[in-house]
Amino acid sequence: MTTTTATDPALLGALLDRVRAGREFGANVYSTLDVLQVLYDRVLRITPATVDDPDRDRFLLSKGHAVAGYYALLAAKGFVPADWLDDQGGPESRLGDHPDRLLVPGVEIGSGSLGHGLGLGVGTALGLRAQGRTDPRVYVLLGDAELDEGSNHEAIAYAGATGLGNLTAIVVDNRSASHGWPGGAASRFTVNGWTAATVDGRDHAALHTALTKHDHHRPHVVVAVVTDGE
Amino acid sequence: MREIFVTAAEEVLADARTTIVLADISAAAFAPAAARYPDRVVNVGIREQLMMGVAGGLALTGQRPIVHSYAPFLVERAYEQIKLDLDHQGVGAVLVSVGASYDRAAAGRTHLAPADVALIDTLNDWTVHVPGHPDEVPGLLRDAVCGRGSAYLRLSTQTNARAYPEAGDLRVMRDAGPGAPLLVAVGPLLDAALAAVADRPVTVAWTHRPRPFDTAGLRALAGTEVILVEPYLAGTSARVVGAALADRPHRLLTLGVGRSDLRRYGTPEDHDRWHGLDAAGLRRSVDAFLTPARAAA
Repeated sequence: MTTTTATDPALLGALLDRVRAGREFGANVYSTLDVLQVLYDRVLRITPATVDDPDRDRFLLSKGHAVAGYYALLAAKGFVPADWLDDQGGPESRLGDHPDRLLVPGVEIGSGSLGHGLGLGVGTALGLRAQGRTDPRVYVLLGDAELDEGSNHEAIAYAGATGLGNLTAIVVDNRSASHGWPGGAASRFTVNGWTAATVDGRDHAALHTALTKHDHHRPHVVVAVVTDGE
Repeated sequence: MREIFVTAAEEVLADARTTIVLADISAAAFAPAAARYPDRVVNVGIREQLMMGVAGGLALTGQRPIVHSYAPFLVERAYEQIKLDLDHQGVGAVLVSVGASYDRAAAGRTHLAPADVALIDTLNDWTVHVPGHPDEVPGLLRDAVCGRGSAYLRLSTQTNARAYPEAGDLRVMRDAGPGAPLLVAVGPLLDAALAAVADRPVTVAWTHRPRPFDTAGLRALAGTEVILVEPYLAGTSARVVGAALADRPHRLLTLGVGRSDLRRYGTPEDHDRWHGLDAAGLRRSVDAFLTPARAAA
């Protein structure tokens, strides 16, 4: 079920341009694109044919505003038709400025309001565990500024304390939190019992290694630092 | 009602879809169930935002969450999580509160939640159960857990003397004949309402399921005078009654808990009196409503 086909950068770029439609995208879109590619190319066990398989991996985009690259990638991987990209945000479009799980195939949660994804991810991980599904992992993508939301800290503390081993958080750190995270975002997780890796958020090999070195006994966080191209 | 809820919830845990989500409140009572079903009795600690997020995540995997805490912590503290982690995801849960409007009056404003049903009522397609007796709780819980949508069960220490387990639709408790004013009482206020109009020509109907409100029953029973008696914020069901009777001339009196923070402790019975929800207070309000000229004089 694992997808190992690398996304063609030219195709992805063209699809992103169709979403962009002449608009300017901010750092929140470009800083997330590499992580999304590594996840969908090499990590997540999910395909358009398995979006309803209870044993699929779950990817929860918590920072819902980083949606343009997500839509482009979902189109590149065949989850949504490419022509859906052309009127993103339009009155007949299924693709909003934040994704809606009831409107977009392959999208696990409707997001936008920050600080909801990790709690939903914890519940999803618990639900899979209650059903004896030990294979699927739950991946939640957050931003470093989103980490300011207190709801995340409830989820970090609980997941660490209970050893929720099927959960991975990915924090795209483009230094956008108003007051920063002295010592690095990862320390907020490790102090609560998570394993952590902090890597260059543009380095696909490093991201892949970091995303796959969880130990199955503790929750795992990957901090993807993105400082260029802001 | 809390004790009977714990027992009933343990029973529905026999269904492997059921998962109870707690934030320390009632965790000790659920300890035996947690020992038996360690993966399906989840206590997240004192974390109400997470409690609701976890419920949403569980529901996304196909589990049926029962989320339980004190009313202000369950409904008010993490309202956005109820709106987004349940409703917006298109999944449902069963929320079960204790504490009601002022069951723990001596604890003060922090533990009072008279606005809970009004808040839930900002959401779409929720079922709201307000049992008036502990013996009504198990059946209502089972029905809610067996459903697919979202439901709110509002448990209270205040009860009527008798249980009426099957009273989703309006049930006539006292018939004063055609054209009589209609008093609709909800949940544990039935006995006080009946006492208030015992010697008045007023029809009394009762329900423990204010949402969806039995509008067909209301239209069948209502004349021109309608009195709503609810154990939570006054007027919570006014919009429903107003819409149901929009095509006919009618007058509506809404009685319930007032909006101001009284900053008074005491007992639930004291608060009943202060909010005019004891039999004497209800009688005063009903009499004034039905004889407006005399009241104004």
